[in-house]
Amino acid sequence: MTTLLCGHEVAKQITDFLPDAVAVGDGTSVIIKGERLLPVAQFLQNTPGLDFDYLVSITGVDYAGYFEVVYHLTSIKHNHGLILKTRCYSRENPALPSVTSVWRGADFQEREIYDLMGISFSGHPNLRRIFLWEGFPGYPLRRDYL
Amino acid sequence: MLVVIILAFFLAMVMGFIYIERRGVGRFQVRLGPNRAGPQGILQPVADTIKLLVKEDIVPAKGDKWVHWLAPVITLIPVMMIFAVVPIHDGVGLIPDLDTGILYVIAISSLAVVGIFMAGWASNNKYSLIGAMRAVAQMVSYEIPLVLSIMGVILITGSLSMNQIVQAQSVPFILLQPLGFLIYFLSASAELNRTPFDLLEAESEIVAGYHTEYSGMKFALFYLAEYGHALAMSAIAATLFLGGWLGPGLPSFLWFVIKVLFIFFIIFWIRSTLPRLRVDQLMGFAWKCLFPLALINLFITGAEVIIWEALPWWLVIVNLFIATVLLVLWSKLFRSGREKIAV
Amino acid sequence: MALKTEPIVVNIGPQHPSTHGVFRMRVTFDGEVIVDLEPCLGYLHRGIEKLAETRTYTQNIPLTDRLDYLASMTNNLAYVLAVEKLAGVAVPERAEHLRVIMAELMRISSHLMAVGAFLNDCGAFMTPFLYMFREREKILDLFEMVCGQRLTYNYMRIGGVSHDIPDEFLPALRRFIAEMPGFIDEYDQLLASNEILLARAKGVGILPAKLAINTSASGPVLRASGVKWDIRQADPYSVYDRFDFGIPTGEVGDVYDRYWVRIQEMRQSVRILSQAVEQLPSGEVCASMPCLLRPPVGEAYGHIEGPKGELGFYLVSDNSIAPYRFHIRAPTLINLTALRDMTVGWKLADAIIIFGSIDICLAEVDR
Repeated sequence: MTTLLCGHEVAKQITDFLPDAVAVGDGTSVIIKGERLLPVAQFLQNTPGLDFDYLVSITGVDYAGYFEVVYHLTSIKHNHGLILKTRCYSRENPALPSVTSVWRGADFQEREIYDLMGISFSGHPNLRRIFLWEGFPGYPLRRDYL
Repeated sequence: MLVVIILAFFLAMVMGFIYIERRGVGRFQVRLGPNRAGPQGILQPVADTIKLLVKEDIVPAKGDKWVHWLAPVITLIPVMMIFAVVPIHDGVGLIPDLDTGILYVIAISSLAVVGIFMAGWASNNKYSLIGAMRAVAQMVSYEIPLVLSIMGVILITGSLSMNQIVQAQSVPFILLQPLGFLIYFLSASAELNRTPFDLLEAESEIVAGYHTEYSGMKFALFYLAEYGHALAMSAIAATLFLGGWLGPGLPSFLWFVIKVLFIFFIIFWIRSTLPRLRVDQLMGFAWKCLFPLALINLFITGAEVIIWEALPWWLVIVNLFIATVLLVLWSKLFRSGREKIAV
Repeated sequence: MALKTEPIVVNIGPQHPSTHGVFRMRVTFDGEVIVDLEPCLGYLHRGIEKLAETRTYTQNIPLTDRLDYLASMTNNLAYVLAVEKLAGVAVPERAEHLRVIMAELMRISSHLMAVGAFLNDCGAFMTPFLYMFREREKILDLFEMVCGQRLTYNYMRIGGVSHDIPDEFLPALRRFIAEMPGFIDEYDQLLASNEILLARAKGVGILPAKLAINTSASGPVLRASGVKWDIRQADPYSVYDRFDFGIPTGEVGDVYDRYWVRIQEMRQSVRILSQAVEQLPSGEVCASMPCLLRPPVGEAYGHIEGPKGELGFYLVSDNSIAPYRFHIRAPTLINLTALRDMTVGWKLADAIIIFGSIDICLAEVDR
C-alpha cells in the first residue's frame, strides 16, 4: 500500500533545508512558494529517505483567486507518496519554474497546463501549446472560459 | 495470333492468382476473403478492375506529369515481355527456343526497377521517394544472387534456351540444385517485393511506397505488374527447377499451371506468416548470406560438371547434404544487425 | 568527392497506417536514420476535462468510456474509484469482484490489440492482428452479455456496477479462462521463436530503467525496463490484495521486452480471473446512492493500473453536483515523453515498431 506522507513532517524537513520555501504544510499536502519550487523538487528527489523519483501527475486547478498546481509524487523505492502544491496569484501572467530538469515526465504535462490553463513554466525546453494550435484564443480550462 | 493467346493465357492466370491469393490469405487470417461477386467471389478481380477503371486519375500537382504517366507502363511492359520465352505446353511458347532465353529474362526483369524509381521520383512525395530509394537498393542487390543461382542450372544443361533446359530435366533440377532453388526463391521474393522483403511498399512504414500517389487505372497497372511479376517469377522457377511442362498423365500445360501455382502458393503463404525485415538486415541478408552461398553453390556445381560427364543419381543426396550443412553453418554465422547507428 | 546531402523532414501522420489514430511524428531523417523526432498531438482533442466540469458525477462515466476506447472498463473503474474516494462510498463485495473480473478481461483485450497492432507494425501483414481479434471477440461477447455494449460499456457505477451478471455469463467466462492460456501459448510460440521478429525487436528502442522512471513511464513500458511497479500490488485498490498473481518484468527494456511483458501479463490476468470467479460472493451489486451525488469539499486522486499504464483521475469537489476540476492522468500521453530518446539513432522501420510497442490510444492522449 502506498503510504501518503504527512504534510507536516515533510514540510519540516523542507524548512530545515530551505527556511522560506514552505507556505503551508497540512495533513495531506505541502504547499510550496512558487519561486522555491525547483530547489525543493531537487531536494525531494535526492534526499535519502524521501527519494521521490517518480512524478505521477501534474494538475492545474483554477480556484478563481489563484491557480494551484498539484504535483503527485511517488517514491518507487520506498513506496510512499506526497502531494506537493504550489500557487500563483497572477491572472494575467501566471508563471512557475519548470521541473522538467528534475523529472522529465513533467515535459508534456507542463505543456498541457500551459496550453489549457495558461500557466507558463520558465525553464521548460519546449514550451509550446500541445493540443490546441498556436494563436488559439484563451485558455479553456480556466473557470472563466466559457 | 499466338501473341494474343499467350498474353490472354497469362493475364487470365494473373486474374486467377489474384483471386486465389485473396481467398487463400483470407483463410490464413481466419476470415473468409472475398465471396460476394459471382459464385464464391470468383468475379472479384473483375469487379476490382472495373472499380479501378472508373476511378479518378489523380496526378500530384507538383509531380512530374510525364514521368508519372510513363512509370506504370514501364513497370508493366517488361513483366509482360518475360512471358515470351516461357514454354507453356510441350515446348510451345512465343519464342521458347530463344538461344539467350535466360539472359533475356534477367535483362528484362531488371527493367522493372526503372519504372518503380520513376514512379517514386515523379510523385513528389517523401514516402514515395523513400520507397523508390529502397527499391533500387533492394532490387539491384538481389539481382546478383538471383543470377548466380540460375547459373548452376545453366552449367548443368549447357544452354540458355528455356526449352532445352526443360528437356534436360529428367529429374527436376530442384533435386540437383536444392541450394540454388532456395537462393533463387528468396531472391525472387525480394525482387517481387513480397513479405518479408516488401520494404518498398511497407504499409506500416511508408504508406504504400512508390505507388502512394497513384490511383485509378495507373494503380491498376502497378497492381497488375506486381502480380504479373510474381507469376513470371513463379513460371521461371517452375521451368528452371521443377521441370516446366514435364509430368506424367495430365496434359502438359496443366502440369505447368500446377507447378506455377505451387510456387505462388508458397510465396503468399510466407507473405501471410512472416514479419518484415529492416532495410539494413535486408541488405545484409543479400550480401552476407545469399551472395556467398550462391557463389559456393556455383563453384560446387562447376566442379561436379567438370568431374562427371553425366551427373550420377547419388549426387542428389550429396547436394542435399551440402545444402543442409551450408545452411546450418550460415544460420550460425550470419547475424543480422541489432546495433544502433551513431548520430 | 563528397556528395552534398541534407536531412529530410517527414511528417509521419496524422493520416498514416501505423500511427494508431491521428498522431503526427515530425521526423528528421538522415537517409533512413532518425536524427530528430517530435510528437505533435491534439488532432483528437475534444476537451473532455472541460466537458466534465459541466456534468454530474454520474454523467461523467460515459465520458470516460471515450478516453481509451480499447479499455473502457478500466477507465470507468479508475473514475468511479476516484469519486468513491472523494465521497467516501463503500462498495459491496460482489461489485468489487465483478469490477476486477471486468478490468482483467479488459486488460487481456487491450493487450491483445496492443500485441496484434505491434506485430502489424512489424509488417506481419494483418495475420497476427486478426488472430488476436478472434480472442478479443470472445471478450467483447462477454461484455455484451453484462452490459449490452461492445465498445463503450458504461458499466461501472459510483458505488458498484450497473447490472448483475446474467446466468450465462459465468459458464462462458469459465470456458474462456480454460481456453485462453492455450491461445496465449499459440501466439507466443508462433512469434517469439521467429528469427525475423527477434532480429527486429531485440535490443531495439531501449529505455533504461532510470530514464523510464524519470520520464514517468508507466504500465508495461515501465515494467519492461525492469522496474517492478504495478499499482495493483504497490497500492492495491478494489480487492486486488486478495488475489495471488505475479508481476512480469523485462530485463533491458527493449521493444521485445515490452511485447513479452504484455504476453506474460495476459497469463497473469487469466490467473486473477480464475481466482475472482472462484471467490465471487453473492449479494448486492451497487450501494444505494443519492440521485445527485454531492461529495464534500475536497480533492481526491484515484489511480489504477490500466492496461496501458497508470490511469489516474484527480477530482476537486466544491460540494456541487459536478466536479470543480476533473483531471485525467493519461498514461499514454506521458509514456510518449520518452519516445524521442528511444527512437533517435534508429531507422524509420524501428521508429514505427518502437512507437507501436508503447501502445498508445490517441483518444486518451488528446482527450
